Amino acid sequence: MEHIRTPKVENVRMIDRLTRRKSSVGTLYLSSTHTIFVENSEARKETWVLHSLIYNVERLPTNSSGSPLIIRCKNFHVYRLLIPQEKDCLDVLASLTRLSRPERYGELFCFSFNPNLDKELREKAWGFINLKAEFSRMGIPCNLWHVTAANHEYRLCDTYPSELFVPKSASPAVIVGSAKFRSRGRLPVLSYFHRDTSASICRSSQPLTGFSARSSDDEQMLQAIMKSNPVSEFMYVVDTRPKLNAMANRAAGKGYENEDHYTNIKLQFIGIENIHVMRNSQQKLIDVGELAAPSMSDFLWGLENSGWLKHIKAVLDAGVFIAKAVAEDGVSVLVHCSDGWDRTAQACSVASVLLDPYYRTIKGLMVLIEKDWVSFGHKFSHRYAHLDGDPKEVSPVMDQFLECVWQLMQQFPCAFEFNERFLIQLHTHIYSCQNGNFIGNCQKERRDLRLQERTHSLWPHLWENRAEYTNPLYRTDHSQTQGVLKPLTTAYCFKFWKGMYGRAEKSVASHQSPADCLNAVREESQQLEEELSSHQEVPRETDAGQETCPTEGKENFRGEEEDQQVV
Amino acid sequence: MEFAELIKTPRVDGVVLHRPFMPTVEGTLCLTGHHLILSSRQDTTEELWLLHANIDSTEKRFVGSLGTIIVKCKDLRVIQLDIPGMEECLNIASSIEALSTLDSVSLMYPFFYRPLFEVIEDGWQSFVPEESFKDLESMTDEWRLSEVNKDFSLCPSYPSLLTVPKDIDDESLCKAASFRHGGRFPVLSYYHKKNAMVMMRAAQPLTGTNGRRCKEDEKLINATLCAGKRGYIIDTRTIAVAQQAKARGGGFEQEANYPQWRRIHKAIERSNVLQDSLIKLVEACNDQSHSMDRWLSKLEASNWQSNVKEILTTACLAAQCIDREGASVLVHGTEGTDSTLQVTSLAQIILDPACRTIRGFEALIEREWLQAGHPFQQRCAQSAYSNGKPRSEAPVFLLFLDCVWQILRQFPCSFQFNENLLIMLFEHAYASQFGTFLGNCVAERGKLQLSQKTVSLWSWVNRPQELERFLNPLYEPNNLVIWPSVAPQSLLLWEGVFLRWNRSTKCLDEAYQEMVHIIEYNKELQNKVNSLRRQLAQLETEDSPLQTP
Repeated sequence: MEHIRTPKVENVRMIDRLTRRKSSVGTLYLSSTHTIFVENSEARKETWVLHSLIYNVERLPTNSSGSPLIIRCKNFHVYRLLIPQEKDCLDVLASLTRLSRPERYGELFCFSFNPNLDKELREKAWGFINLKAEFSRMGIPCNLWHVTAANHEYRLCDTYPSELFVPKSASPAVIVGSAKFRSRGRLPVLSYFHRDTSASICRSSQPLTGFSARSSDDEQMLQAIMKSNPVSEFMYVVDTRPKLNAMANRAAGKGYENEDHYTNIKLQFIGIENIHVMRNSQQKLIDVGELAAPSMSDFLWGLENSGWLKHIKAVLDAGVFIAKAVAEDGVSVLVHCSDGWDRTAQACSVASVLLDPYYRTIKGLMVLIEKDWVSFGHKFSHRYAHLDGDPKEVSPVMDQFLECVWQLMQQFPCAFEFNERFLIQLHTHIYSCQNGNFIGNCQKERRDLRLQERTHSLWPHLWENRAEYTNPLYRTDHSQTQGVLKPLTTAYCFKFWKGMYGRAEKSVASHQSPADCLNAVREESQQLEEELSSHQEVPRETDAGQETCPTEGKENFRGEEEDQQVV
Repeated sequence: MEFAELIKTPRVDGVVLHRPFMPTVEGTLCLTGHHLILSSRQDTTEELWLLHANIDSTEKRFVGSLGTIIVKCKDLRVIQLDIPGMEECLNIASSIEALSTLDSVSLMYPFFYRPLFEVIEDGWQSFVPEESFKDLESMTDEWRLSEVNKDFSLCPSYPSLLTVPKDIDDESLCKAASFRHGGRFPVLSYYHKKNAMVMMRAAQPLTGTNGRRCKEDEKLINATLCAGKRGYIIDTRTIAVAQQAKARGGGFEQEANYPQWRRIHKAIERSNVLQDSLIKLVEACNDQSHSMDRWLSKLEASNWQSNVKEILTTACLAAQCIDREGASVLVHGTEGTDSTLQVTSLAQIILDPACRTIRGFEALIEREWLQAGHPFQQRCAQSAYSNGKPRSEAPVFLLFLDCVWQILRQFPCSFQFNENLLIMLFEHAYASQFGTFLGNCVAERGKLQLSQKTVSLWSWVNRPQELERFLNPLYEPNNLVIWPSVAPQSLLLWEGVFLRWNRSTKCLDEAYQEMVHIIEYNKELQNKVNSLRRQLAQLETEDSPLQTP
């Protein structure tokens, strides 16, 4: 509370960018977690802005009508306020600037967020997603893959989960040796096993090859992975970086696998740009969305200049390459980038969505995010600026994954159990810090923060509200929900995600949504089905009564009649 | 002329048809007077029936004795035919070339087509001006139907019956006509029942460089204003273009002579610019090797989406003046047959729920495009693959359909029809077995005796069996004015037309079927429940006499 300089400002105007007419006057309240705008109108409409979602606050020069303040949120909502007194505006600015940049984990919203669950329910909620069960769903462990205790207490790799799945044939020495030869100890381990072909997707960080170094343990590790797919004679190593970047890393003692040293690998570069390029690209895209009254050329030129869709295409192309290798060619793939926690996570999870219908369900996508992102040490707190820190660590890596899924939904409208709203909700929660799921940068850090004791899990909450996130066109027996998705990735197939980046256009009427209509229809159908089954029970009796035993029906009626008379 | 003369090789065996995203078909190619047919003579694969009139351009290539003809169609599809034998290939190519560029309208397929269905309702009689005037009469008595253009001498591109203010006599109309380009004097386009405001359309006034004026023209449009009210003149051209028009005898309404009117200039592009825009857009859509940057820059450079935005914005402006400002509107550009009609027809879709029904939309096209004298035959003679010098081709109608699609997409529950209807109209405007889009105006259609010699498109569309395909399952009649967003991010590329042949639509079609299925199932349940409810109620009433002893 010490950061709030002024808890309440009256006569604040919330400005609607498109139609000034729709602007409203009200009171602004600052709490430790939210800024709340309450309209003076009869309806007392409230707008809540979560402080941890605030990206920045900008004050424009004071003019005759007051001091304008723009609040931009990490989920791309933009609020424009006009505060009568400059002093109040400065106070609000200073308060929000501090409140939106917590310095310690303890200040995060998740530690004060209390949805009134008892301890037992909360603990149960944390068990909602079980990765062991997920691997066993894939058929792991099996005669080729098993779990290793090598990373117990995170002694091999502090950014990996403690339980790792590796080829049975890889000896403990090979595992340790391979970890030593990989950046930050992130050795090749199993991410996804494709039962139909026995091909697998493994992930790691870059090898420490430099210009000439090699490790026979790491070479044996890859050999073991290849051999775990008995029918295949080679495996792919997908380096998701542009080749030039990968080569540059050699000077720092890192790099990529030398095909001459590793037997039977094929190295493939994909060319996804690094986090800095992506951060700048998204900023340009957001600027496009914020243009005031842009012409069509401004918009299309801005879209092109941002490079955003080009990057989305690169991520999707990586996924398509991996999925094709695994499903069509039956070849295992090792995926890495530099550290193996950004582009690698993107490529593996996009490929998994393409390969496995389970990840296209509501629960499945949660499992996938928990597996490929949370457990494998995607640096959520750094990438999504949960704490005030190095702005160069921030990057929309997860945004891009969610957008790839959205782009796929445009091509395969019946293939996903969830809808766009689910993706947007996930996006918000990755930034919001309301739940403990995405706090910290790896499993070890989350354990040390005792998040499971001190915060709540997001997943059961989303699951309970799944009706809201359901795609009405999804049917488990539909052809699109079976098998592997093969999207077209021609440039013209990619669209600007208006639902995500067009949200600055607050007042553009949310036009009729076919999905919402269909959901309503389906809900009504369900009620009708119930009514039908209840009716069908009645007429069967009545029909029978009329045809064979007329007195029975009559008696029933009389019975009622008598009852009524008694009353 | 006998078509046989043009067909040197009527049939070739062993021809292979390649189409993107579809399996190749090998079979026999046949040429008839109006069709190119490829049949594999197997029941499993569909035959290709292509109207010669649908062919926009052809290219031929040879590798050894195997010839290849690339056929580019007006509906934007591109197919490839591999024809064994150089002579056969050359013959086929030259026949297609000749048959697809026939000059005489009376040789077109609609004059030879005999429907395989029984015409129940003759589409030529479905939308006559007298009928729509009856509707108007039921709302207001301020207007009359004039026969001043009975013999099309006053204005060759107008129909014979025109709705004009009651107080303006035919003599004044004649004078006003002489003051407007092509004789297109201001006539009623739309009457807004809600507030009795009107939309009129015309061609540019012939003010010329010395500022001619015409009292009758002023009186005519002033007659549509309520006492003390101002109206808006929406000129679809920029002020610069309108100024230039003066040098050629055209111009715009001077404030001094039309003090009760406020003039607003917009910037809707004209025919040859639009044609160029279409060619560039289709070129961009057809190249799958484009990188993202190149695709987006080509899409931008085509200006197609900008044209869509400008037209929709102008239509919204007209609708806004009428519905929100409570003012009457006069719309014109230069000739009043292109951008003017885009604006007046789109404004009606925004304002009038009736235009969002199938029947109402057909009536709108009949009224605002066919009878209003949009020169379909000239504009749709060639499509995006025309490599000759453009004459008066322009995708004016296609842009209108694109704009309708944009509104439909933003209000998916407010239209009785679906995208299929719009695509079908696009196809038929460019090549058809029906006579509806032949000719350039009512007078020409009369001379061609289309209503006697050809079948109307509406006769076919309005059959219940066909209509089904065009019905929007999500339709919920909505009596409101619908305001589309014209922000660039709200306007999308019309994939149903421009990417139609460049991707597989299987998954999207399945999604549509799924939607239909969900809604039909719901209707089925409703019927069942309702009939059970009725039965129950009936049983209760039947039973009640039994209760009395």
